[in-house]
Order: sequence, then C-alpha cells, then structure tokens
Amino acid sequence: MANKLNLEVVTPTKLVVSDEVDLCTVPGTEGVFGVMANHAPILSTLKIGEMHYDKDGNIVRLAVSGGFVEVSANRMTVLAEAAEISEDIDVERALRAKERAEKRLQEAESGREDIDIARAKAAMARALTRLKVAGKPS
Amino acid sequence: MASLKDIKLKITGIKKTEQITKAMNMVAAAKFRGAQERMEEFRPYAGKFSGVMGQLATRVDPNAFPLMEERDVKKSMVLVVTSDRGLCGAFNANIISAAENFIDEKKGEGKEVAVGCIGRKGYQYFSKTDVEVPIEITDCMARIEMVDAKKAGQECIRLFLDGQLDEIYLLYGRFVNVVTQKPTLKKLIPISATELSEVGEETEEEKSGPKAAYIYEPDPEEILNILLPMFVNVQIMAAMLETACSEQAARMTAMDNATRACSDMIHELTLAYNKARQAAITAELMDIVGGAEALKG
Repeated sequence: MANKLNLEVVTPTKLVVSDEVDLCTVPGTEGVFGVMANHAPILSTLKIGEMHYDKDGNIVRLAVSGGFVEVSANRMTVLAEAAEISEDIDVERALRAKERAEKRLQEAESGREDIDIARAKAAMARALTRLKVAGKPS
Repeated sequence: MASLKDIKLKITGIKKTEQITKAMNMVAAAKFRGAQERMEEFRPYAGKFSGVMGQLATRVDPNAFPLMEERDVKKSMVLVVTSDRGLCGAFNANIISAAENFIDEKKGEGKEVAVGCIGRKGYQYFSKTDVEVPIEITDCMARIEMVDAKKAGQECIRLFLDGQLDEIYLLYGRFVNVVTQKPTLKKLIPISATELSEVGEETEEEKSGPKAAYIYEPDPEEILNILLPMFVNVQIMAAMLETACSEQAARMTAMDNATRACSDMIHELTLAYNKARQAAITAELMDIVGGAEALKG
C-alpha cells in the first residue's frame, strides 16, 4: 500500500502543485477536511480559504478560491479558479483588493444600490485569505 | 511605360511594406507560441472539469437543473468569439459569415436571434447590423483572463434563466493547425446530460481506474448546481483561448503570404526597371552615334 498521496492543484492558468504528499487539508463547503493516503473516494466543492499540505514535515500553504476537489485511488485533484502558494502571493495587491472591497461594502451599507454585495463580500474573503496565508510563512 | 524614377520609387515603397509584413509575421509567431502555451496549460483543467461533470451527470436527474432544461426555442443566441485586431487574413470574416449563416438558418425556422460578441471585430460588424447584441466584451483577446469569460458566462446564464433566451450557442475559431482554423459552432446552454457523459468518458484514468463509490460533499445535486455555471465559464474560456491561438496562426499565414507577394512584386519591378534602364542607355547611345555620324558627314 502506498503511503503517499499524489496531489495536483490545477487552475485555468497553470498546474500549481504536482507532488507526493503525506497529508493535505482543504476548505470544503461542508467544513475543512484532511486527506491522507488511501482515503476513500470523495468529491467536494471548495470554499474560499486556506489549504495546506504536508510533505516530509514541510508544510506548504496555499490560498484557494472557487472550485472542487476530487480524491480517488490515491490521487487528489484540486481544481480551483485561483490557487497561490504562500510565497507567491502578491501582498500589496491583496491589500488593495481588501481596501476596495471594504469601501464597496461601506458604500453599500450607506445606501448605494448598484453594488453587488455578494461579489464584494467574496472579494473581501479572497483578499483576507491571501493575507492570512501570506502572513504566516511555513 | 513608367519612367525609371517611378519604378525606383515603387520598389522602395514595396520594400518598406515587405519589412513591415515580415516584422508582423515574427511578432505573430512569438504571440502564437504564447497563445498555444496558454491553451495547453488550460487543457488539464478543462479536461478534469469535464471528467467530473460527466461523472456527476450520470448520477442525477437532468430535469432538476434549470441550466439543463430543454425548452421550446423561441429565441436563440450565438456567442461569437472573434479577435480584437484585424490583419489576419479572412479569419474574422470566416467566423462572421458562419454566424450569419447561423442567423439565417434560425430566422428561417421562425426564431428570433441575438448575437453576443467577444472580441472587437465581431462587435464592430454586428453593432452595424439590425440584430440585437446583448453581450459585448471587447479588448480582451490580447490577454485572456478568466474574469472576462466569467462575465460573459454569467450574462449568458442570466439571460437564459430569465427566459429571454432559450438556447445559446458558442461560435469560435477552432485551431486545427497553423494553416487551418475552422469556425466551429457548439451548444453552450442548455447543457445536455448525454453530451456531458460523453466528454466524461474521454478521460483515460477514469476508464482504467476502479469505479469507486464516491462520498459527495454536499450531495451530487448541489455540487452540480455549483459546477454547472462554472462549466459554462470554462467552455467560454476554452473557446477564447483557442480563438486567440487561431488568430495568431492566421496572422502568421497572412503576413507570410503578404511578404511573399511583396518579394514577387519587387522581382517583377526590378526586371522592368532594368529593362527601362537598358532602353534608356540604348536610346542615348543611338543619339550619340547619330550625332557623330552627322558631324562626319
């Protein structure tokens, strides 16, 4: 029995991770869950959040948003609209995005109706996740 | 016959044009490589996505999903993906004429037709015709982003769910190889379950791997509800990437032809120039000889 899990993180623009890992934790819609080798097949959608994987004791963090994860036969595939490893995150861009989202949410509260609140909130969540992941280097 | 000076001028002009077309050819070649790379990078994502969709589609009742609902068609739309820039031969013209054929066909069946445009060339054309253009996304082909595909996808879904449109097709320039790009029509919405399970079967791992019972989180219906709109975006994105790649390939060919036509013309003009020069020299000689003879006599 293999005791490593083959992990692939794929986004529309690139293959972010392709590696043999010991443990991978992802933010599922129904809650965060961890996957180790020989996990039962599972298909779950993902929330905007932080995922991390552990390879020989090294923990790598990623910020992911939108997508799903599939595990079968010791292969784990994460399909996300965006996924960035902590070191690759553009902190300044995330900060700007956060400020923009904050401003939009404030404006929406003070009565502007042309703002898509759900979208602003999602943008906020993405920015916050990126900052959180970038702020804690592994 | 044109004078020596005229021919000379013409040759210089064509040489300059040749330089420009040669440069454009090289730029297109570089951009083509980039576009092809992006297209290939997207493939694993799209492939995996279709695989999972296909697998899910076999497990659920397609009638439960509004995006998969087949209605009586009163109004259809074709989402036309063209390039933003011209000078790529008949590439955009081919796509546009395929769109016109589609419109005529649907109108012949007594249906209303609208056109959605991704890429400036298509919009420039259709905004001047009398068809309705509910979606217009331009200046996005130089750097293709998921955001643009998403914008188009969301708009399509909204129009479909509102009942304003009953079916949406996607028309794009499929990349066959560097010399062939084919306008291709594909149904986008409603998403057909049978088609999905077909694409699902294409992934080879699934075939060889054991058919395991999956844990679904949340249940298959809800997952599909989340994934269906994303699937629309993925298809639009794939079409955009492919069109961008075809565009650069078409430009490469067009510019190559132009460069060749230029050198042919230069060759012909140089011949004419030399002939004219010879004629002038001969005429001058005749004059001198004639003059000398006259003096002698």
